[in-house]
Amino acid sequence: MAEQTTTLQIRTPEGIRFSLLLAGPTSRLLALLVDFSCITVATTTISTVLRLFALISQDIFMALTILSGFVISIGYGIGCEWYWQGQTVGKRLLQLRVVDEQGLKLQFSQVVIRNLLRIVDSLPALYLVGGIASLTSRKCQRLGDLAAGTIVVRTPRVSLPDLEQLGTEKFNSLAAYPHLVARLRQKVSREEGAIALRALIRREELDPAARLELFRELATLFRSQVAFPAEAVDGVSDERYVRNVVELLFEKRGR
Amino acid sequence: MIIDLERFTATEKPFWDELERLLKRVEDDPACRLGVDGAARFHYLYQRASAGLARLDGLAAPLEFRRYLESLVARAYGEIHSSRDNAYRFKPRVWLMDTFPQTFRRFIRQFQLAVLITIVGAVFGAAVLMVAPEEKGMLLPFDHLHGSPTERVAREEQEAGKRLAGHKATFSSSLMTHNTQVSIACMATGMTWGVGTIILLFYNGVILGAVVLDYLAAGQGIFLAGWLLPHGVIEIPAILIAGQAGLVLATALIGKGSGLPLVARMRKVWADLTTLIGGVALMLIWAGLVEAFFSQYHEPVLPYSVKIAFGLVELCLLVLFLGRSGRGGKVAGRG
Repeated sequence: MAEQTTTLQIRTPEGIRFSLLLAGPTSRLLALLVDFSCITVATTTISTVLRLFALISQDIFMALTILSGFVISIGYGIGCEWYWQGQTVGKRLLQLRVVDEQGLKLQFSQVVIRNLLRIVDSLPALYLVGGIASLTSRKCQRLGDLAAGTIVVRTPRVSLPDLEQLGTEKFNSLAAYPHLVARLRQKVSREEGAIALRALIRREELDPAARLELFRELATLFRSQVAFPAEAVDGVSDERYVRNVVELLFEKRGR
Repeated sequence: MIIDLERFTATEKPFWDELERLLKRVEDDPACRLGVDGAARFHYLYQRASAGLARLDGLAAPLEFRRYLESLVARAYGEIHSSRDNAYRFKPRVWLMDTFPQTFRRFIRQFQLAVLITIVGAVFGAAVLMVAPEEKGMLLPFDHLHGSPTERVAREEQEAGKRLAGHKATFSSSLMTHNTQVSIACMATGMTWGVGTIILLFYNGVILGAVVLDYLAAGQGIFLAGWLLPHGVIEIPAILIAGQAGLVLATALIGKGSGLPLVARMRKVWADLTTLIGGVALMLIWAGLVEAFFSQYHEPVLPYSVKIAFGLVELCLLVLFLGRSGRGGKVAGRG
């Protein structure tokens, strides 16, 4: 069984590396259920509209119903994924997208093949083959994806973090001790600094108790690394202390 | 090393915002053209965002920053390095008259193998029926073929095509959809290293061989030819071409002696598979119409000679089309 990965690293011709977050079987299954519902609704709606033809001929009504049902069931995935560049209604709702496994946009033939091969993935019932394939393949690919060279990635809406959360415009009592600030920069690792910065950016999303606990732990860590004089830290809350440390770590030298 | 994130963001954010706006524009409208200046600006913004992402490598920046820039760079990379032009330049006449027959001929060995498997299945089906006629019900999945051929011929000639009166369109659409599903299955099961495709082709051959022997043994060869030829000369090759596509897929999957990785082997046949299955779908639409509106009429309504001649003309045209169309010219765009 291949070792599964949750991200796929792409290296561009310019030498830049970025990663794509691979979608897991659960989110894909949920998207599939939404798509099945869409197909059912579309087929029922069109069949209702086509019922008008029954006034002319029951035979034509039946024929059009059979053909439209077939075209919708086969064409839904192909049409949506081609028009929406790798997305169906279900995938849009679940924030998933089909992309070429080299990070490129989909070719029409890739869309056709991955959708036609659903017939094998759905064997013997309930997408068992496809499910097993995506659980065991390294990039969570079902057989259709393997044949078409595609992967399904998560595309959560990512926005730039709000740096105003840092509140760096306020008075920083630690800045009055440059030799200790220099030692702080030396002692605090990149990862610790990044964690503290992330905690500050996301502090409004945290529960009050979790927020207190998190900043207490971070402040204790930084206090243990460099001890500032009592007059610099008296009356300074844990969160304010962490904010001061982060400001000193991330500001440009000599500012 | 620690970066001055506030300053870095303040400098770069306007460029990221501009890239985001351009991306939204090209993603919302796949046919959108940016023009030379627009494309150059787009490329500059992509490179600038990429450089920003590279700066974050090895720096203490929060994950959200990296995710944001990665998302921008990934989207721009997809737009800049991919080409989706084929779909917008699709020419149905060129595809039908050149691409499809050229693709068929390029993989003629897989087609020959599909024919051979079907013939082996037909011989097997005929042999089983000859040795154990009581197994006819098991061999033939269609109820109307279970009875005596002579009785069926007498009944259908007496009905004079009225059996399907008022249901021809329904019958035709059922045939088209069922046969297309079988063809898709025949192609898709190539993904089982060809085993599924071979089983389906063999089984089709078994049915065909058993039916042919059953009718010939009952002395109903003329009826069989008149009934089967008008639609069968298109329908049976269509299933064989679907089998050909399945075997092409299996060949790419197995990749013996190619020396290419799986993705590269598959990449080479995507367009060909799409072309073959598209051609099969067209052939089956025609076969469905002929079977419902022509094949079901027998003597005295329609002389068998006319039906047989019609079938033979279709067969000749199909052979000419697949064998000669698109020859001499340059190889048309694939897919």
